[in-house]
Amino acid sequence: MAVKNNMTASIIKKSNAPLPSRERGGGEGEKVPTLLKLKTTAGDHHIARMAAVALGLTLIENAIPTPLPGVKPGLANIVTLIVLARYGWRVAAWVSLLRVVAGSLLFGSFLTPGFFLSLAGAVCSLVVLAFAQHLPTRWFGAVSHSIYAAFAHITGQMLVVYLWLIPHAGIAYLIPIFATAALVFGTVNGLIATRFMHNADMSDIHTIEKQIESQT
Amino acid sequence: MALQHIKIGDWLTILFGCIGVVMLTLKLWNGELADKALIRSGGKIFREVPLSNNQNIEVRGPLGISIITIQNRKARIASDPSPRQYCVRQGWLQQAGEIALCLPNQVSVEMIGSKKQYDSLNY
Repeated sequence: MAVKNNMTASIIKKSNAPLPSRERGGGEGEKVPTLLKLKTTAGDHHIARMAAVALGLTLIENAIPTPLPGVKPGLANIVTLIVLARYGWRVAAWVSLLRVVAGSLLFGSFLTPGFFLSLAGAVCSLVVLAFAQHLPTRWFGAVSHSIYAAFAHITGQMLVVYLWLIPHAGIAYLIPIFATAALVFGTVNGLIATRFMHNADMSDIHTIEKQIESQT
Repeated sequence: MALQHIKIGDWLTILFGCIGVVMLTLKLWNGELADKALIRSGGKIFREVPLSNNQNIEVRGPLGISIITIQNRKARIASDPSPRQYCVRQGWLQQAGEIALCLPNQVSVEMIGSKKQYDSLNY
């Protein structure tokens, strides 16, 4: 599914519309009020819905205590994986990045180091997924995508930590912990995504079967 | 179970992921064993001794004599006149980059491997 006209802002000029009250007072000459309107398509609404689901999972995830800061299951990536498999990379990128930005606004971490860590992780994951999605589907499923994305995620985060936050070789000691977490959570998330899609496909087949039965 | 949904390539990915993680862990967590011990006194290098010979080395500092023992490719400060005995309690040093400091007596032992490792002291 190709999403066209994402977030196209169009300026609609209405010369006949009544002037807003604050512009009426010192009015010299005719002012044309402009109305900024966001034209959204059904595709945009779909992306927003998916991002909202991902956001909900982020919220749940933040309630789970973690043994080490930075080790998180990344449940929201389940949504990204399903969207990638169903609607392609472009939609997945929108959902993932919207989730990062909206999530940071929700938790009050916008433009903080935590936000940039999330962003770096998400961007690296998406870059790797752009390649991983072309793996033959006969042999590779969402589990593979999830694991590659999880490794890309920590790679991006460790790069940001090393290049910007803690430029010290000592953080290399933490890499095995993060890599193990990435492998475990990547596999689990991939399995959840695969299972979800399998169940959804099965229910689709059942409804189609019922429709056929009712028609005959 | 969800296991039936894992395809053969996914198993390979998991396998290579496991191998990668194990190799990373071994590489990053197994510090290199030291070859030599660098003994400093008053900020200057007193002696650089190989760990192959078992020996006791006496180093004179402002408070008295510190005794450094080298045994079985390990080193420790066996006795020191410092009041709190931190460097003595540190025990045996084996890995490259480890260091025991007796600040009051201005004596230190640093373990050195084939290449210099970074830590918070020398970064």
